Amino acid sequence: MPHALELKGIRKRFGRVEALTGVDFTLDQGEIHALLGENGAGKSTLMKIAFGLVEPDAGSVAVGGAEILKGDPTAARRLGVGMVHQHFTSIPALTVAENVALAAGWSPRPRKLIERVRRLAETTGLTLNPGLLVAELSAGLKQRLEVLKALAADARVLLLDEPTSVLSPPDAEALLSRVQEFRARGVATVLITHKLSEAMAVADRVTVLRKGRVVYAGPVTDTNAEQLAAYMLGELMNGAPPRRAPAAQPLADVRVKAEGLAVHRLGGSGAGLRSANFVVRGGELVGVAGVEGNGQRELLRAIAGLASSASGHLEVTRPVGFIPEDRSSEALIGEFTLTENLVLCQGRSAPWIRGPWVEWEGAEQRTSELIESYAVRAAGPRAPAASLSGGNQQRMVIAATLERRPAVLVAENPTRGLDVRAAREVMDRLRSAASGGVAVVVHLSDLDELLELADRIVVLADGVLVDVPPDMSREDIGRRMLGASAG
Amino acid sequence: MRPFAAVGAGLLTLILGLAAGGYDPVLALAALWRGALGSPDAILSALLPRAIPLILIGLGIGLAFQAGALNIGAEGQFYAGAIAATWIGLSLGSWPRLLAVPVVLAAALAAGLLWASVPILLRLRFGVLEVISTLLLNFVAEALVSWMVQGPLQEAKHIYPQSDPLPVAARLPQLPGTRLHLGLALALGLAGVLWVFGKRTLLGFQLRATGANPLAARVMGGVNTRRLFGLALGASGALAGLAGGSEVSGTSFALFQSLSPGYGFTAIAVALLARLNPLATIGTGLLFAALEAGSSAMQREAQVPAVVVSVVEAVIIVVVLLADSTNRNRDLAEAGV
Repeated sequence: MPHALELKGIRKRFGRVEALTGVDFTLDQGEIHALLGENGAGKSTLMKIAFGLVEPDAGSVAVGGAEILKGDPTAARRLGVGMVHQHFTSIPALTVAENVALAAGWSPRPRKLIERVRRLAETTGLTLNPGLLVAELSAGLKQRLEVLKALAADARVLLLDEPTSVLSPPDAEALLSRVQEFRARGVATVLITHKLSEAMAVADRVTVLRKGRVVYAGPVTDTNAEQLAAYMLGELMNGAPPRRAPAAQPLADVRVKAEGLAVHRLGGSGAGLRSANFVVRGGELVGVAGVEGNGQRELLRAIAGLASSASGHLEVTRPVGFIPEDRSSEALIGEFTLTENLVLCQGRSAPWIRGPWVEWEGAEQRTSELIESYAVRAAGPRAPAASLSGGNQQRMVIAATLERRPAVLVAENPTRGLDVRAAREVMDRLRSAASGGVAVVVHLSDLDELLELADRIVVLADGVLVDVPPDMSREDIGRRMLGASAG
Repeated sequence: MRPFAAVGAGLLTLILGLAAGGYDPVLALAALWRGALGSPDAILSALLPRAIPLILIGLGIGLAFQAGALNIGAEGQFYAGAIAATWIGLSLGSWPRLLAVPVVLAAALAAGLLWASVPILLRLRFGVLEVISTLLLNFVAEALVSWMVQGPLQEAKHIYPQSDPLPVAARLPQLPGTRLHLGLALALGLAGVLWVFGKRTLLGFQLRATGANPLAARVMGGVNTRRLFGLALGASGALAGLAGGSEVSGTSFALFQSLSPGYGFTAIAVALLARLNPLATIGTGLLFAALEAGSSAMQREAQVPAVVVSVVEAVIIVVVLLADSTNRNRDLAEAGV
């Protein structure tokens, strides 16, 4: 029986960077194959080549034994390959149903289509209202749509590029169990991830890429999480991450105070945040736990001054630094240089502003210093922000945000899409900001990361904020996140 | 290099088109050259006076496009300015010139701003796309001019569809013996001011950020993007209005229909070819003015219809846009997107 997917001797070079240096990869019929690796290891590039989106410099791609022409995604799709990309690929101005129709090549006649998409959503367990506009969906629901689209085209081979990175733990688990159901029906899946636990939990086989090379490939039962982590990170990964010591220094003044705060749902109607009573002091790192769409976006953006309260009371000490979830569309202007992005962030209060004038030399010098001190891998202060990798973009965003010396720092899922090392670095930066006296409010979709990071956890469920006692277990917190969201 | 390649492609099209149409390309191009640059008189009385409105409007369009405001209504704003300048100018005969001319130009500027304020309001209040509203208001402005020159502003004898000539006090000074007027200094000065504004001021930078990514400008920079959008579109209308005023006060001295040979549209090409850079707008304004000036000579001397110049302009713009988009695609491919 031919392999579901077979890549042989794949080489790919982007400019001076060798992304893949002769990679072989096989996906057997009906297996779940985890593809592990750090950011920039070449995972996404390899799968884009398999899907025909990127043309390899050398090597061959075969689906079910049939070799496909390089760089032809329609051929891959015809042979039953579906892909979920790391970034959203849906059209915001169209409805869920229309986006599915577009991906699957279905007729867009509305009434039949809505019924068809509703059925698809039911059979796949990916519940979504087909009539909603994509622009109104939260990140989690958008990701659900992406998976739905890949499944709609009758895929026999599924390529999932970090599908759980924006999902809450229960949504992620649900998705992974769907993938296992599809395996039972003979669908073969490649799961790109950097969450070792996911790979261990659902995969049959695992391949680890590092710097464009396969460093491990074999059945998941032959290895363990520590070994895989060592393969992924090389020599750098030793021992468990340092746990945060409880804040020893006396807490400073109150920086954020919310009383009965309610905020309209962003990009939708109704209340996103229904009731929040909440105090954050300087030096405190508060983690906001909650399943996507339960009001954390509204809470965080209200504190950041980007959403106005519908009722209740909110006092926030300025200046407020904000790290938005979506780096490429909100945190940075891709075609602007790093210096320009820094100048944008600092606004009027920066030292290089004299009256109406910008002294670009000063701004550029400061950018160089930040590039140096935050170890941003960039060609220099004049490099366009879009030329940086995700991890380096996030370094720059954090550098620029902290540069304002904020009294309050709000971070919206700041580790999204980052590899283990980059995510840890982001968490370290947030911690040291808090030790420096900043009031930090952070939401992470990964509850384990959040528990590791925060001094104090609050849970948002169905728009209502509740405090969590310090000794509450992970399971109880998870139950609290879910309990109310079911109601 | 890209703008030069675009101009080259435009001229090549012209030559091929002329040859295919049975015209003598050499004769036609010689006439084009003579009409635009062949003599001091051609330069001072044909080329430069045409460059003034193109540069003024082009500067405004560059500003608006940078902020993401697609102002296609400069033709209408130009006419609004021309109407205001004529109206005010005709009543200032007894004023000293030093006072009357600035008042006339200020009125034109205000009228352009007023004309642009309608699309600004429509966009910010009701979400009506400015591309559509500015474009449609062009037709309204042209109809308004037509009504004006047959109604309230018609000349005293009520025979011709045009206004009375402006009194000398309301006219921009001309270089003696030529048609070149002081509006040129105004255009060059404003180009310099806008260049410094865009390169050196925070507001100019925030305006660019608004056009490049309004979401990031608002979220990260705290920029009031709606205000800057309105500001850029308003300034663009004001500059087009000013161009209309300077045309009436410096060149035509009267209002009539088809006062503008499509300056408001040609200026879009001027701004795009200059890649929205104010200093480059001077150069591209001169280039398109040369084409316009030369085209009448080409028609006169080689019987080539002047409209072929519009074809050349179109080819130039298409090549510029094409080069931009292929470049962007290559950048994206290199970034691995």
